[in-house]
Amino acid sequence: MTSKPRTQFAIQSRLLHWLMAVMILAMLFIGIAMVSSLADYHWLVAIHRPLGIAILILAIIRLINRKLTKLPPFPPTMSPAERRIASASEKLLYALMIALPLIGWGMLSAGHYPIVMFGAVHLPPILPAHPELFAILRAAHTVLAYLLFATILAHVGAVLFHTLIVRDRILDRMALWPVRRPKVADPAAKSLE
Amino acid sequence: MKPFLTIDPTLTRPALLLRLALIGLILGGVAALFAWRAGWFTPHTLTQKTVIDTFEKVDGVFPGFRRNHAKGVCFRGYFESNGNAAALSRAGVFSPGRIPVLGRFSLGGGLPYVTDAPSTVRALAVQFQLPNGEEWRTAMINLPVFPVQNVQQFAEQLVAFAPDPATGKPDPAKIQAFVAAHPATARALPLIQQRPISSGFADSPYYGLNAFTFLGTDGKPTPVRWTMIPEQPFQPSPAADPATLDKNYLFDNLIAAVRTAPQRWRLILTIGQPGDPTDDATITWPDDRQKIDAGTLVVEQIESEAVSPARDMNFDPTILPDGIAISDDPLLSARSAAYSVSFTRREGERKEPSAVTTAETGK
Ligand code: HEM
Ligand code: HEM
Ligand code: HEM
Repeated sequence: MTSKPRTQFAIQSRLLHWLMAVMILAMLFIGIAMVSSLADYHWLVAIHRPLGIAILILAIIRLINRKLTKLPPFPPTMSPAERRIASASEKLLYALMIALPLIGWGMLSAGHYPIVMFGAVHLPPILPAHPELFAILRAAHTVLAYLLFATILAHVGAVLFHTLIVRDRILDRMALWPVRRPKVADPAAKSLE
Repeated sequence: MKPFLTIDPTLTRPALLLRLALIGLILGGVAALFAWRAGWFTPHTLTQKTVIDTFEKVDGVFPGFRRNHAKGVCFRGYFESNGNAAALSRAGVFSPGRIPVLGRFSLGGGLPYVTDAPSTVRALAVQFQLPNGEEWRTAMINLPVFPVQNVQQFAEQLVAFAPDPATGKPDPAKIQAFVAAHPATARALPLIQQRPISSGFADSPYYGLNAFTFLGTDGKPTPVRWTMIPEQPFQPSPAADPATLDKNYLFDNLIAAVRTAPQRWRLILTIGQPGDPTDDATITWPDDRQKIDAGTLVVEQIESEAVSPARDMNFDPTILPDGIAISDDPLLSARSAAYSVSFTRREGERKEPSAVTTAETGK
C-alpha cells in the first residue's frame, strides 16, 4: 500500500476542494446577484463579506496544505503540455481564491467602510481610506471575479472532458470516498503505452 | 510525442459527439445561470445602476459629486449619550458617554452648484464612531414623511418631477399624473408642503424616516424611528425675496452659527407599537407614541468637502452597530444599493471644487 504511488489527493485536500468549490461558486453567484438587486442587496452583501473572509482563511490553509502534502502524480493520459496548463490553471485558481477576498477587504478599507462580519464583530482596515485606491480595487474586484468564474468553467470543462471523453477516471482523484486503483489499467491509459 | 489530448478509443463517433454536447450543455448552463443572476436577460428591470442612471439623466453628471444631495458641507463634533436608550438597544452608542462624530449637511438633488432656496430639502448625515470600532451611519432629511414608499416609485418620481427641457420647469401634468397614480404620495405631499420651514440648517429638524429595529441585551426587538430635534430655537425662513439672498446663504449661515457656538440637536427616538407600519416611510406613527431623548449631537466645526474625510464617505443607512438592525422597510436595502453605485462612480472621478469652499468654511 505504502509503496504504491498515491492516486488520490490527501483526504484533507479533497475535503477542502469540495467545501471551497461550493463556497466559491455560491460567492460568485451572491456577488453577481447583489450588485443588480435593489431588494436583496442588503442581506446578500451581509453574507458576502463573512463568507469571503472564510474563503480567504480556508484558501491560506489550503495553500499551506498543498505545499506540505505530496500531490498524486498526473495521470498518464495527460501530455506534458496539458500538465503544464493544468498546473498553471491550478496556480491561477489559488492566486484568485486569495486575491479576491483580500481585494474585497482592501477596497472596503479604502472606501472608509467598516468591515462588518456579524454582530459587533468587524475587521480592521488593511489600507488607508483613499478614493482612487477604492475605485481601482472596486474595478479589480469585478474583473478578477469574472476571471475566477472563467477559470473555474475551464477547470470544470477539463475535468468533464477527462471524465467523459478521455475516460481516465480523473474525478476519482478528488472523490471524497477512497477509490482503489483499478487492477487493470485504464484502456485509454493502456493505448498510450 | 504524446498528443495534447487523448480520446478513449472505445468511444464511437456518435457517443463522442453526445458526450461533447453534454459538456457544452453543462458549461453553457452554468454560464447562462450566471448571466441570468447578473440580470443580463432582464435589461429593463430597475437596478441600482439604472436608479443612478436616472439621477444622471435628470440632473446631468457632475464628476466627483454625489448623485443626490450633491451640494454640501462637512462637520466634526460629538454625540453625548445620556444612557436613556441603553435599555432598548445594546449598541455602544447608547451607553452613557461621549463619542466623536463626523457628518455632512446637504441639499437634496443632484446639482452641486444649485442656489440655496428655503424649500429645498435639507439633510444631515452622521457617522457615529463607537469606542469598539463599530460605526453607525444615518442620513436624515427635514421632511416629516417621505413622498414615496419604495425605490420604483422614487425613480418614477424623479422623472415625473424633472424639469421639462422646453420650459425649465417641472411639467404640472406629469406631476399630477404621478400623484394621481400613487395615493401614498398624495397623502404625504400635503404634510411635506405644510411643514414649517425654518431659517436654515441650524434650526431644522432632521427625520430618519425609515423604521429600524432596536435589539436589547436580551435580544428583544423594538421598532424605532429617530429624529434630530434642534436645540436652536425655530426662526421662520427669511421673508426676503429669495433672489436677494446669497447663492450659498443656507451654508453661510450655518458656518457663521457654528463659528459663534457649537450647534446642538437632541436625538429623539419614537417607539413603535405593534401594528405601527415599519415598511412605509410615507406614514407617520400616531402622535402619542412614547418618545425617548437618547442624547445630544453637537456640531463643533464645519469643514469644506475639499478637506473633510466625510466627502469620501458613503452615509449608507444600513451601516449599523450591533443593537440596531434594519426593519422590513424596502427603502433601506434599495438606498444601500443605490448609494453604493453613486459612491463607486464618484470615487473614480476627478474631483471638482465644491460650491462651499474652504475659504468660506475657514477649514
Ligand atoms: C469553485 C470551484 C473550484 C475550484 C476553485 C477548484 C480548484 C481546484 C484546484 C486548485 C485543484 C488542484 C488540486 C488542489 O490543489 O486542491 C483542483 C483539482 C480538481 N478539481 Fe477542482 N475546483 C473547483 C470546482 C471543481 C468542480 C465543480 C469539479 C468537478 C467537476 C472539480 C474537479 C476537480 C478534480 C477532479 C480535480 C483533480 C485534478 C487532478 O487530477 O489533478 N473541481 N480543483
Ligand atoms: C472568493 C471571494 C470573493 C468573490 C468570489 C467575490 C465576488 C464578487 C462579485 C462577483 C462581485 C460583483 C462584482 C460586480 O459585478 O461588480 C462582488 C462585489 C463585492 N464584493 Fe466580493 N467577492 C469575494 C470576496 C469579498 C470580500 C472578502 C469582501 C469584503 C470583505 C467583498 C466585498 C464585496 C463588495 C463590497 C462588493 C460590491 C458591492 C457594491 O458594489 O455595491 N467581496 N464580489
Ligand atoms: C429609494 C430611495 C432613495 C434613493 C434612491 C436615494 C438616493 C441617494 C443617493 C444616490 C445619494 C448619494 C449617495 C452618495 O454618493 O454617497 C443619497 C444621499 C442622501 N440621501 Fe438618499 N435616497 C433615497 C432615500 C432617502 C431617504 C428616505 C432619506 C432620508 C431619510 C435620504 C437621505 C439622504 C441624505 C441625507 C443623503 C446625503 C448623505 C451624504 O451627505 O452623503 N435618502 N441618496
